[in-house]
Amino acid sequence: MALSSKTKAVLWGPLNKNNPVIVQVLGICSALAVTSKLEPAIVMAIAVALVTAFANVIISLLRKSIPNRIRIIVQLVVVAALVTIVSEVLKAFAYDVNKQLSVFVGLIVTNCILMGRLEAFALGNGPWPSFLDGIGNGLGYGWVLVVVGFFRELLGSGTLLGYKVVPQALYDAGYENNGLMMLAPMAILLVACIIWVHRANNKELQEETN
Amino acid sequence: MNRENSGYTIIYASVMVIVVALGLAFTHQVLSGRQVANENTDKMQQILRSLNLDVSVAEAPAKYAGLIKNAYLINDEGVKVEGSEGITPDDPAFSTELGDEQAKGLPVYEADVDGSAKYIIPMSGAGLWGPIWGYLAIEADGSVVYGAEFGHAGETPGLGAEIVTASFSNRFRGKNLFKENEFTSVAVVKPGQTNSRRDYVDGISGGTITSKGVDNMLLNSVGRYKNFLMNLHASAQ
Repeated sequence: MALSSKTKAVLWGPLNKNNPVIVQVLGICSALAVTSKLEPAIVMAIAVALVTAFANVIISLLRKSIPNRIRIIVQLVVVAALVTIVSEVLKAFAYDVNKQLSVFVGLIVTNCILMGRLEAFALGNGPWPSFLDGIGNGLGYGWVLVVVGFFRELLGSGTLLGYKVVPQALYDAGYENNGLMMLAPMAILLVACIIWVHRANNKELQEETN
Repeated sequence: MNRENSGYTIIYASVMVIVVALGLAFTHQVLSGRQVANENTDKMQQILRSLNLDVSVAEAPAKYAGLIKNAYLINDEGVKVEGSEGITPDDPAFSTELGDEQAKGLPVYEADVDGSAKYIIPMSGAGLWGPIWGYLAIEADGSVVYGAEFGHAGETPGLGAEIVTASFSNRFRGKNLFKENEFTSVAVVKPGQTNSRRDYVDGISGGTITSKGVDNMLLNSVGRYKNFLMNLHASAQ
């Protein structure tokens, strides 16, 4: 299916120039909390992408019927229902990951990216662009999580997805895992580093300096 | 149709809530079988880890059924409650949660490892951010620790959360819950410190409050089994 340039922008924008985490700085809370290992970061990324996409579609389909006065409540109910379903499915099919994510699956409800997309996009656009917008924003959030999770697990535990990647010889030579990587402050430093690299490569995002 | 009409708004909200409730109830109904099975397997894995066996999800049920010979509830005097025997997830020992006021007793699992009996008791307590729990496997004499396993809901990764690692739980092996025929349990002390009145293990550096929580749990939760352990201890001498 060929995408028009407008739909392409809807899908790819959030991955780069309009990224929810590193440009809009939304959804930071969970980005710090679930990225100490790569696996929960990936699962969280998929979960958020699915929830944003389907919440966007549902709200977009209902947008002509939702009473304006209770539209935030309707959005919250839709998001909460989807998150509950995701959490139930994880409990049934990925119990271990669900244990690691613990409360953060439930907290997807409060992820600002979701409400932001519903208010800003789904209420004014059709289901298909809304779906792409949801996927785009979910993945835009997700890739930052995965990059942060990758470095935190590699440097903090010497493993990736639970497999040992730092060779024993290196430990014998005196290398040690960086325990600070396991704590939230390192996550925010890593996010800051990603923002730094991203801004350096995108001149139009840089603020004017006088 | 006027979307801003109060009647429409109320009907819209009601219909939406009912549809969502039905959808969620259906989802839960469909998935609850698998979820309960997962929880039970997880519990079996924890019990097996207290016997120093780390088995995969797939092997856990068979291994559990092979090693655990009996499970039952005991009352405060340490005597087996009649009719509470059985090792399957539906039996009282497995389904009883510690701290349940309605419970008819405290669960005990009896394992047979290479011909020698081990008694496994569950523990529960509080860490820094939330609940912690664990299983303690004790030799047939009721006093020497054979193995331990700890779990937590949300302790600090890298610090308090280290209690789940084998390097921490292995420290308990061979420790004695009794000193001069008095139940003292095993103390968790700051690394480098000692305790002359009780057997002790080193706590987690930087996880002081979680370590203290484990210490309290070993004293209070295991302490509820004092009479049961005393009976074993007395009959072994």
